[in-house]
Amino acid sequence: MVEKEEVQRVAQLALLEIEPEQMDKFSRQFNEILEYMEEINELDLSQCEAAFHITELKNVFREDKVEPSYNRDVILKNAPDSEDGAFRVPKVIER
Amino acid sequence: MLYKKTLHELIELVDRGEVKPLEVFESLLKRIKEKDEKINAYVNYFEEYEANDRVGILKGLPLAVKDNMHIEGKPTTCSSRMLSNFIAIFDATAVRKLKENGATFIGKTNLDEFAMGSSTETSYYGVTKNPWDTTRVPGGSSGGSAAAVASGEAIAALGSDTGGSIRQPASLCGVVGLKPTYGRVSRFGLVAFASSLDQIGPITRDVRDAAILMNIICGFDPKDSTSARVECEDFTRYLNQSINGMKVGIYEKSLMDCSQDVQVAMEESVRILESLGCKVSPIELPHAKYAVSDYYIIAPAEASSNLARYDGVKYGFRAEEFKDLKEMYIKTRWQGFGEEVKRRIMLGTYVLSSGYYDAYYLKAQKLRGLIKQDFDNLFKEYHCIISPTTPTEAFKIGEKADNPLQMYLSDIFTIPANLTAIPAISIPNGLSKNGLPLGLQIMADVFREDIIFKVASAFEREFNIRDKLPLD
Repeated sequence: MVEKEEVQRVAQLALLEIEPEQMDKFSRQFNEILEYMEEINELDLSQCEAAFHITELKNVFREDKVEPSYNRDVILKNAPDSEDGAFRVPKVIER
Repeated sequence: MLYKKTLHELIELVDRGEVKPLEVFESLLKRIKEKDEKINAYVNYFEEYEANDRVGILKGLPLAVKDNMHIEGKPTTCSSRMLSNFIAIFDATAVRKLKENGATFIGKTNLDEFAMGSSTETSYYGVTKNPWDTTRVPGGSSGGSAAAVASGEAIAALGSDTGGSIRQPASLCGVVGLKPTYGRVSRFGLVAFASSLDQIGPITRDVRDAAILMNIICGFDPKDSTSARVECEDFTRYLNQSINGMKVGIYEKSLMDCSQDVQVAMEESVRILESLGCKVSPIELPHAKYAVSDYYIIAPAEASSNLARYDGVKYGFRAEEFKDLKEMYIKTRWQGFGEEVKRRIMLGTYVLSSGYYDAYYLKAQKLRGLIKQDFDNLFKEYHCIISPTTPTEAFKIGEKADNPLQMYLSDIFTIPANLTAIPAISIPNGLSKNGLPLGLQIMADVFREDIIFKVASAFEREFNIRDKLPLD
């Protein structure tokens, strides 16, 4: 059982917020899902290798070749806020 | 009624000079304007026909694309508020290849937000309705693509499949949906959900159209490091061939969890395959019953990492009021993501967080290896494995919307193919008592789409529901 405080902690890790009035329902559903997943503990997996990637590819390299990239002005058109060719964000350094 | 035709029929008509691609576009546009208010298959459709000067097999014919793949200059919303103002600045490789082969586009189809869902109900742009019965879901997450193809709002479409998102909606809408082998189709320009599982594939009205689109979209791409260095083949070569003598495994245990309609349909499909000369025998997949748990650890884990990029800085939605940078991040993500996306990010963050990593994520990766072994062993003996695509016909809108676990379980038969990278198709398998389409799933070993096309094509020739599609 994951307590509400723990759900809140996970939300903070993920930079998310759960509305207080949603918290009961959200943590109930969260727990239902995790309880269902407990079934994998029936299996003894101690001798198994983890399949981190399912294809047999390893270390895919390419030539370090200079190629034209996307146009900066076009990229910045999608930015919520920009100035002088850069993304603009709230101030992060205190004087 | 050009919108009713298949892609290969239209290619021939254009070839013979009897039809112009613009006429097909206009026929579709008219159909969309009549139908889409009710079906809501599209997030955006295009009013203007943008001719393609390149000579290619697709002859300027218009296709639909799921709205999580980029078409340069068009919005890509992923059906999320987070990307509601985003304009693509390049083409997805699959889209570029379609353009190089003469394709044009009619619109971008609706999906569950960031492809997270099995019903298209989590879209920021509203639920897509099943064209067979508008009180029911079209499936998901490529529900818009499947509903558009089934209702005549598109000739053919691209979808993406992370846990069944092409095959499940294809099944529930009575059309053909193929998830290729992982690595066959470049994921470049497909907005990432779970990168080790995502794969682009076609949704079409028949098997030939699926083969035509696969011929175009497959192939190595240096821009996707998981792209496979495998020769492109002509998949249409495998159509209309004999499947006499093929060994087919049927995953019988799967039927216990199915509605009676689905069980009856599967009995009938075994009979058809046997009449075509296949030897059908029951097989065991000892670890398949854990696939849903495995998937809902691995996919959210990858999603929580992939969706960390939505921070309100570089593109997309940014909250309006905040007092500092951290609050900007939190409010942007809180307001920009819907409930299901937040749930998956949270699940993923939880299973990856310190203290739980070994208990969930590491175990899930080990289990993934075991499920893969089950399939590897079977494919030494069998050409392909069949199962229903879904346990039931299309469910009612709202029926599972408030019960995420029940929603997750509707993917129980489709998830194993994503976990194991193997190709799998869903083709129409008759109708339920309520007159709703059911699907047959055919799975083969990695890069054995040839077998899938042979079996699907032979089956479709014996048994299809094309004349029953809701095209009128």
